[in-house]
Amino acid sequence: MISLIGKIYGINGPVVYISGNQGFKMGEMVLVGKDKLVGEVIGLTKDKTTVQVYEETSGLKPGDDVISTGSAISVTLAPGIISNIFDGIERPLLEVAKQSGAFISRGVNVDSLDMSKLWEVHITVKPGDRIYGGTIIAEVPETSAILHKSMVPPNVEGVVTRTAPDGKYTIHDTIVTFTDKNGIDRDLTLTQRWPIRIPRPISKRYASNRPLITGQRILDTLFPIAKGGTAAIPGGFGTGKTMSQHQLAKWSDADIIVYIGCGERGNEMTEVLEDFSKLVDPRSGNPLLARTTLIANTSNMPVAAREASIYTGITLAEYYRDMGYHVAIMADSTSRWAEALRELSGRLEEMPAEEGFPAYLASRLSAFYERAGFMQNLNGTEGSVSIIGAVSPQGGDFSEPVTQNTKRFVRCFWALDKSLAYARHFPAIQWLTSYSEYLNDLAPWYITNVGEDFIECRNQLLSLLTQESQLNEIVKLIGSDVLPDDQKLVLEIARVIRLGFVQQNAYHPSDTYVPLEKQLKMMRTILYLYSKAKQLIDMSMPMSILKEEDIFEKVISIKYEVPNNELHRFDDYITMIDAFYNRIITKNA
Amino acid sequence: MSIEYLGLSEINGPLIALEGIRDASFDEIVELTVEGKIKKIGRIVELYEDKAIIQVFQGTEDMSLFNTHTKLTGHPLELALSEDILGRVFNGIGQPIDGLGNITSELKRDVNGKPLNPCSREYPRNYIKTGISAIDCLTTLIRGQKLPIFSGNGLPHDQLAAQIVKQASLGEDSKEDFAIVFAAMGVKHDVADFFRRTFEESGASTHVVMYLNLANDPVVERLITPKVALTAAEYLAYDKGMHILVILTDMTSYAEALREVSSSKGEIPSRKGYPGYLYSELATIYERAGIVKGCKGSVTQIPILTMPNDDITHPIPDLTGYITEGQIVLDRSMHQKAIYPPINILPSLSRLMKDGIGKGFTRDDHQDLANQLFSSYAHVGEARALASVIGEDELSPIDKKYLKFGIALEQQYIAQGLTEDRSIIQTLDKGWQLLSILPKEELDRVDTKTLEKYYPIANTETIADKE
Repeated sequence: MISLIGKIYGINGPVVYISGNQGFKMGEMVLVGKDKLVGEVIGLTKDKTTVQVYEETSGLKPGDDVISTGSAISVTLAPGIISNIFDGIERPLLEVAKQSGAFISRGVNVDSLDMSKLWEVHITVKPGDRIYGGTIIAEVPETSAILHKSMVPPNVEGVVTRTAPDGKYTIHDTIVTFTDKNGIDRDLTLTQRWPIRIPRPISKRYASNRPLITGQRILDTLFPIAKGGTAAIPGGFGTGKTMSQHQLAKWSDADIIVYIGCGERGNEMTEVLEDFSKLVDPRSGNPLLARTTLIANTSNMPVAAREASIYTGITLAEYYRDMGYHVAIMADSTSRWAEALRELSGRLEEMPAEEGFPAYLASRLSAFYERAGFMQNLNGTEGSVSIIGAVSPQGGDFSEPVTQNTKRFVRCFWALDKSLAYARHFPAIQWLTSYSEYLNDLAPWYITNVGEDFIECRNQLLSLLTQESQLNEIVKLIGSDVLPDDQKLVLEIARVIRLGFVQQNAYHPSDTYVPLEKQLKMMRTILYLYSKAKQLIDMSMPMSILKEEDIFEKVISIKYEVPNNELHRFDDYITMIDAFYNRIITKNA
Repeated sequence: MSIEYLGLSEINGPLIALEGIRDASFDEIVELTVEGKIKKIGRIVELYEDKAIIQVFQGTEDMSLFNTHTKLTGHPLELALSEDILGRVFNGIGQPIDGLGNITSELKRDVNGKPLNPCSREYPRNYIKTGISAIDCLTTLIRGQKLPIFSGNGLPHDQLAAQIVKQASLGEDSKEDFAIVFAAMGVKHDVADFFRRTFEESGASTHVVMYLNLANDPVVERLITPKVALTAAEYLAYDKGMHILVILTDMTSYAEALREVSSSKGEIPSRKGYPGYLYSELATIYERAGIVKGCKGSVTQIPILTMPNDDITHPIPDLTGYITEGQIVLDRSMHQKAIYPPINILPSLSRLMKDGIGKGFTRDDHQDLANQLFSSYAHVGEARALASVIGEDELSPIDKKYLKFGIALEQQYIAQGLTEDRSIIQTLDKGWQLLSILPKEELDRVDTKTLEKYYPIANTETIADKE
């Protein structure tokens, strides 16, 4: 096809104007200037075409060429995505480093994926098979953890006429030839391309009734998220958003993690890269990097590519979902993405809505979060995309537009709290303001798979914490000494819950990940202690006598003392609590 | 080859417009000559066909629509670099102002820099001893980190920065390959002088490069000052293998300048009138700290910013906190209690300390101790709030102990002399000594084993006690 050429008329930061209407399409990818910088058409009028450029625009001149490519901004989908690190428009950063050194130059021309690597391919169709969009045509062991399933691109169907034998192929070798419904022979390779702003098609959506298990007590027990669910982690700086995202990326039971570092720190991405290649997935024994793909568009990289990085990430996730995997996306941080929208909107001189954000902020956010879900794919497999988005509210104030609009479209809200973070209580998720709408959907799963009393225990725990906060209002005014003993006990048990259960040490080997079974046993032990202590209080034993024993401290340290593989030791704690009860009775009877 | 354009079509604050220009490129530097003598430099910030909007660094005084000649240079702002810059003083756009002549060098770098590829970064792990307990123990500074000081007008941030520079760099590890890059944006003459004196007194002035844009210098110039300074820092670090400490003061003036220029360009403001790209602009400065794989040197940044009205939620400290790897927050009420350095430890934080402390770096108990001090001090706040309602006498015995602990922490631990240089062991031991004011059961952030090992030494005579 003949590519259209326009001439630059004006330049304003990352926005470039082309005079006249050259027939460019909306959303089309264009190459700008001598260095062929990647850009996207974002506005068309009779007199003016507006392009946002994904790279630094220094040095562009009016009159420079803008060349059309005929297709929308797309990503390349093929083996080689996992364990890799890309920028916001799917350029592999390791390759970029090889070409341009430690600092990223403009107009680097690299392939998204390695074109020359030979993959071990097993063909799964044979001549005569009918194939549809989504049909799996080949299997490739991509990493030690992931079997890549190459599929027929959506909207394509026909009958296979020829297949290549199993063997080693690159991602652009023809492996299957088929005749489409017009009788034309077409070739398929391991590669397909998909525009990042369009969700990949599915056949239907399921209800979210299976939890995404994270090994984090406050999440799994108090505010669970479903596979295919959406969650937001809002918090001011220093409250541990990134830390929470790292913990989730490390320990959640998704098959694949897509980690999007959107406008965040460079050192954090380096940390993820280093950590994840060293850490081992507790379930499969493979390095965590073997199931992770990273998208790093750090804060000093071009702002337009930051806007695109979120879409690139979710498109990669949807591709793996189509193979039947459970994918979890960590987007850190969606506020930076919203700010990129604002920045570009300002350059376009659009009418701003709240706090300078464009009026379409809400619709863009909802479009993004709605791409999550537990789906039946076109090929009949089941897979899910869960989105966990960090939000960085300005000044830690949750009433700002990004937090408020995000809250409308997510079903889990894990609010991080400054005062908890100041006291170094991590994860600093505030239990009174956080919520999960999935609790009722997931309750049956917990009851059948973990324990009948799981939800009951969970509710009791949360109710004790709520009582504590009410009592604290009184304590603030008159001190804790004047409270009746049963309320003192509530405060003490709530302290045990806060320190021994809710707080979790990410650096402690047996506390960084806790299986559901142990979470339940911990809850049972704490509540057993509460019921026994309550009996003593009801016999009018004063709280001061109970406090002479160190049983409360012992229960707090269960999280460190009982390793995840020695759960039988919980029985010792029940014995200890009984002994404590009997001792108090005999001493004070 | 170079055409000079005579006259301008518009002057608006620091911006000028020029029409009929040919072959100009975006972000290019232009040279302006006013009435044949005054030379100025400008940068093209917007470009429409043959019309360029130019930002003049030295301000537009004396310029009229007729008396200005404009010449295109064909490249973005570049800085000539050689090792001779050490010990020199420059203005905000890198021109020498110490009367010692120009830097001549073949090597010229674009001051805008380029983003460092995350794959080529080395994760920072080596801690820098500053000799200040509140920093060493609780917000440890790591080589390659960007750790700003959030301060307010009238607080001793300059003294603190100077003390860090003196004790961190020029203490026991004083080596040839260490240098300081000092960038002043809109600071007072006295402040610039204070730093110059400090560097001289400590004998470091041959290892210092100063870029000074003072309060009465042109506003637009300070938009480029940090970039110039960081270009020099990157050169010294990655080309010459030196460990560079960059002091940027005051980032608030930088942001104010950005707002001023943005509003004269007629851009749509976002929060408090600051342009929507404030975050990206700050990030291109702060993210230039770090260590590059395979290079010997490093760039560590200590930006200083004064929070307008001491408000930490103001856009400047807020956005800074989201980019930098922690912050050291100074507090006015601590200052009024005559505590120096007046560091409010609760909102202070160092994100990189977790990997740069502990066994093999400082001591195995460091992280636990820091967590415990933070957590106990947070409780002190609650006890104080209660005491202000019901009176100190009515507090429970344990809360009284917390009050005692709080005062001891502030007076003996956070507070220290302007020249007092504590070793890391002294700092840690002193921390345990403070914790011994509280009963053992209250120390819930410390691993039982660590507690067994270090709590007793706190009760016996310690090194810190014998001083």
